[in-house]
Amino acid sequence: MNKVPNNRAWWLVLPVFILVAFSALIPLMTVVNYSVQDIFGPGNAYYVGTEWFKEVLNDERLQDSLLRQFAFSGAVLAIQIPLGISVALMMPKSGIKASLCLILLAIPLLIPWNVVGTIWQIFGRGDIGLFGWGLNALGLDYNYTGNTVDAWLTVLLMDVWHWTPLVALLCYSGLRAIPEAFYQAAEIDRASRWAVFRYIQLPRLKSVLVIAVLLRFMDSFMIYTEPFVLTGGGPGSSTTFLSQTLTTMAIGQFDIGRAAAFSLIYFLIVLLVSWLFFTAITHLDKEK
Amino acid sequence: MIAWMNWTPTVAVFFAVIAGILAVMTVYEIVSPCTERKGFLPIATTRGDRLFIGLLSAAYIHLAFLAASDITLWVALAVSVVWLAVLLRWG
Repeated sequence: MNKVPNNRAWWLVLPVFILVAFSALIPLMTVVNYSVQDIFGPGNAYYVGTEWFKEVLNDERLQDSLLRQFAFSGAVLAIQIPLGISVALMMPKSGIKASLCLILLAIPLLIPWNVVGTIWQIFGRGDIGLFGWGLNALGLDYNYTGNTVDAWLTVLLMDVWHWTPLVALLCYSGLRAIPEAFYQAAEIDRASRWAVFRYIQLPRLKSVLVIAVLLRFMDSFMIYTEPFVLTGGGPGSSTTFLSQTLTTMAIGQFDIGRAAAFSLIYFLIVLLVSWLFFTAITHLDKEK
Repeated sequence: MIAWMNWTPTVAVFFAVIAGILAVMTVYEIVSPCTERKGFLPIATTRGDRLFIGLLSAAYIHLAFLAASDITLWVALAVSVVWLAVLLRWG
């Protein structure tokens, strides 16, 4: 028995393919073209080969912002994933309290990025912001516009406030999907709270967590609006992340060729990481 | 109409080669469908997976050559092609 699968259904993908071609493939091809040229204006471009790539790869400003970006994404994951799991574990299982918790958690997710930035910009100010004023009143020298550590902490705190609820909600839905019988069996075995978490809840959360990690990594890796509004990338360039460096280069300095080469490298990094996560997810599914 | 895309011969050849590879792989897949198997890579892969891994690593090989040395990129290309062939055969 050798069955040949009928592949004609693939034609149904054609409309999507055409759409993606217009919105992604053609722009991507254009960017590749720009990245090998020095463009001064329409019809005034010079072929420079891989010079931009070489320059971008050895540019210290970009290397710094790449490192900063990885540090930020790493910190975001290290804080938000455990915190999100703990919040989900502490949430009530059902009833009006559960609904209330869900609504409260969802509120930060509904606020637009630039508004989040503005909220925290005012919130953190020493003169009129409750957070900044409170810290200063406690005798702490807090100033996110002047101090690098303070700026970093504020950006991190803002992202934690904005996006931990997403992780918590994902974990919460994962936890609710665990059948009650598992807990009853654990109780019969007199399993400790930690054992229940380690051997029942955590393994069952695995696939949800992979999605949470993927989403949080992608989002934090492309973060732009919030730090741009909050600190403008400062003090100095201490909170200037990759996308802001890229935007300054492409739109601020109109350095199209260099920005194109840079965005291709950015794209390759995102592609590699997403592929790794995607492989991890599909691998997990196969194990089941 | 496509003047804004600023096509250069190099990039045109680049995309033509990629499109060619995809076309050849499609025909190859129709002629002899592949099955997933486990090679020296830590995961089981299909032919398409291995092609993707090969192309992605080729991009990184080129970038590494550009960043760390002044060796001509033809060497990077040769390394990538050999790596791609090894991946497709034994990966």
